[in-house]
Amino acid sequence: MAENILEVKHLKKYFKTARGTLHAVDDVSFTIEKGKTLGIVGESGCGKSTTGRAILRLLEPTDGQVIFNGQDITALSSSKMRQMRRDMQIIFQDPFSSLDPKKTVSQTIAEPIIENKILKDKKAIDARVRELMATVGLAERLVNAYPHELDGGRRQRIGIARALAMEPKFIVCDEPVSALDVSIQAQILNLLQELKEQMGLTFIFITHDLSVVNHFADEIAVMYLGQLIEKAPTEELFDHPVHPYTRALLSAIPIPEVGIERPERILLRGEISSPIDPPDECRFAKRCNYVCDQCHKSCPQLVEISEGHFVSCHLWENFK
Amino acid sequence: MAKTVEANVPRKARSQMGEVWHQFRRNKGAMVGSAIVLIIVFVALFADVFLDYDTQVVGQNVAERLQWPSARHWFGTDELGRDIFFRVLYGTRFSCSVGLVAVTIGLVIGVTLGAIAGFYGGTLEEVIMRSTDILGAVPNMLMAIVIVSVLGQSIWNLMLAVGITSVPQFVRITRAAVLTVRNQEYVEASKAIGLSNRRIIFKHILPNCLSPIIVQATLRVASAIISASSLSFLGLGVPAPSPEWGALLSGGRKYIRDYSYMTLFPGLAIMITVLALNMMGDGLRDSLDPKLKK
Amino acid sequence: MEEQKDMVLEVENLNVKFVMEEETVEAVNNISLHIKKGETLGLVGETGAGKTTTALSIMRLVDSPPGVLECDKLEVCGQDVMGMSITELEHIRGGLVSMIFQDPMTSLNPVFTVGQQIAESLERHEHLNKNDAWKKAEDMLELVGIPRERAIEYPHQFSGGMKQRVIIAIALACSPQLLIADEPTTALDVTIQAQILQLMRELKQKKDTSMIMITHDLGIVAETCDRVAVMYAGKIIEEGNLEEVFNHTLHPYTEGLFNSLPNIKNRRSKLEPIRGLMPDPTNLPRGCAFAPRCNYATDACRERRPELVSFGGTHKAACLAYENPDFHIERGKKNG
Repeated sequence: MAENILEVKHLKKYFKTARGTLHAVDDVSFTIEKGKTLGIVGESGCGKSTTGRAILRLLEPTDGQVIFNGQDITALSSSKMRQMRRDMQIIFQDPFSSLDPKKTVSQTIAEPIIENKILKDKKAIDARVRELMATVGLAERLVNAYPHELDGGRRQRIGIARALAMEPKFIVCDEPVSALDVSIQAQILNLLQELKEQMGLTFIFITHDLSVVNHFADEIAVMYLGQLIEKAPTEELFDHPVHPYTRALLSAIPIPEVGIERPERILLRGEISSPIDPPDECRFAKRCNYVCDQCHKSCPQLVEISEGHFVSCHLWENFK
Repeated sequence: MAKTVEANVPRKARSQMGEVWHQFRRNKGAMVGSAIVLIIVFVALFADVFLDYDTQVVGQNVAERLQWPSARHWFGTDELGRDIFFRVLYGTRFSCSVGLVAVTIGLVIGVTLGAIAGFYGGTLEEVIMRSTDILGAVPNMLMAIVIVSVLGQSIWNLMLAVGITSVPQFVRITRAAVLTVRNQEYVEASKAIGLSNRRIIFKHILPNCLSPIIVQATLRVASAIISASSLSFLGLGVPAPSPEWGALLSGGRKYIRDYSYMTLFPGLAIMITVLALNMMGDGLRDSLDPKLKK
Repeated sequence: MEEQKDMVLEVENLNVKFVMEEETVEAVNNISLHIKKGETLGLVGETGAGKTTTALSIMRLVDSPPGVLECDKLEVCGQDVMGMSITELEHIRGGLVSMIFQDPMTSLNPVFTVGQQIAESLERHEHLNKNDAWKKAEDMLELVGIPRERAIEYPHQFSGGMKQRVIIAIALACSPQLLIADEPTTALDVTIQAQILQLMRELKQKKDTSMIMITHDLGIVAETCDRVAVMYAGKIIEEGNLEEVFNHTLHPYTEGLFNSLPNIKNRRSKLEPIRGLMPDPTNLPRGCAFAPRCNYATDACRERRPELVSFGGTHKAACLAYENPDFHIERGKKNG
């Protein structure tokens, strides 16, 4: 039995707004094995980024537990938590706002090393920065460049180097390639893949692009309106999607091939409903093509329908 | 190891400050303004090298009193025979230092409060912003008069009074700037690498809020000079016989009908300084704000 | 002559430069486009390839200065756009040619109702009176799948996908001959994207409108377009129908784009990104703009700029490597 590096139990994050309580993350539970990658997929507003930030306590969870290496980090004091951050890092989506425009490449990468007193000697820090730059494929002559002089792909590499500086065990990647062009996107994905293999990192890979996680993740969790609606090993999820939303999502990916038989596209009605004070019914009921009375009566629970394959749908037996 | 990605890099030649300087240099008004400001600062710094304070600036020479401008006394002399040109030159020291120190006081208090309000939000922000509103609701002049009257007349109290009246502006501007920077991902990133709030504010947030603060500070020096002169004019500023510009104006007031030069030159000095500072400030704002770039 | 009549858009040798104080950006270099009635052309390329500039040039919407637009021929439905006065241009814009922009959030005016915004263009171009224009506006909303009662609502009352539907309704209100869609679904979620693409396909068929679909997503091209032109550094480097470009790819850059895409069916396949970066448009290399990143580049590629050459059928590519008759790219081998 492989060791679980991260265990998320009944994680909730609510925001108070003028119109009511916004249920950004509503009772999400999952585990990740050491060295694996979990892809969290969903559309804008489904709570995937909030989940990632709540796990790292960049946003304080409203309720629930996050157990990292056997330790409940939601109970840690803020100074203990700062030490914990050495092991848990994040890579951001926007390579333009995630770097301080007033700091050079080397200052940005060196900051976590200096702040956490990992290295004290100036020469050693400098050598480490260069080593990290080489690891992520940044030319050495860019040490004193400012972020605004660089393109999106290079900036994203800086962000990755900063996250790696403290040799973390676990990294949350929040849409790390969504802002990049395809050719650059592939460069960054390959880099992350290499790092994962070399350093034995565990990733949470948050994205809206199913074709990207398909390539990258061992397991995929699909979120809809703050809840986890399906989770399965990647191949299982792509081959046998069960939840009507997952199936619609998969069928909506435009395939860049000509002369093939295209799978039938499942079009959904309407758009994502409001996450503010949602009623006690299936969150997907309003858009679901198979909705029945049961769906409006109660919110379905996540059930394991085959090994490692979890679904939350009242009608899952019909779709298997 | 990943291969180093190499290509013809589209690197821009200029650094961020270089870009700002480039924009600034193209603005003629700003350049003229800064040139004048530089001269004024030079005069203020070295006034005591050229002039002997006791004999040439405050020393009386009744024999040559109330002379109109001439080759010997460029700006004429006052009722005690003191050379007005020398007094205006030396007055640069008083006016500039009052302006600078007052703005520094306002800057330090205002930026700290503004940064705290913007970063932490909540009740703390409410308290700071509402107090700022109350402070801002009292007319500046009135407030300064009250402060000087209570604390007594001295150059330090003058600086303090003018400084405090400029606090609200700095609080508001800093808070607004912090609010926009606070939500950038690099602030979240520095939290993720384990920085404390204090370090996040000073290392990442404030450096990125500098532009509007610098502009505001430049413009504020100008208005602080005016406020200080006004207070001196009212007799609440630098005590006699120090040649502060406002005090010079005030001293010449009695003779304005017959010896108008006595008020003209200090007045011109104030006007030119304030104008130059404002031109420089406007230029800075245009070159620091990328949205205004063409 | 018969063929001429069918042409909705003809562009010959379009060049767009942005002349700035210190540098000149060569945004579009020698592009020719021909679109027949009812045809959809996909314009594909990465950020900075010049796709949007090309589209804006067709309506002469490029800011000048700094933009300098040169062109041997720019005709929409046989009318010469280059020689038009501002008034004539305004008639073309939104009448004969209309455009859908990427960001549905900022393309609508927040102080008018959506009905008013559709009716406005009808009043201007079709010279309808207020009542007729309003009725037609309601019809248009229904056509794009929005209940007609919602015509009196303001943009902020609509979600992202709904706003994009409204924008499509505005664009199609005056039955344009040519619709330019600039990344119409990039800002939307996949399930909403599927809805919008479906809608655009249906409407296009119903109205027989020609379309230029600007996108970076080859999947969208495969699903919506008849022909495709791939742009790189302001030039079209490969052009042809879908079958030709997708299954008999010629240009190394197009190959690179395909290899960069994660394959949804074979998840173990390794991504092969294109190395390096797009060249600086103020300082394009002397030879082929793609040569520094190309695995097949020869000395000739670094010296001379390739021209678009026909490879039979409608298939064209700009690549000097094919001067060697034995040359083929890896993908070509796979596809046979």
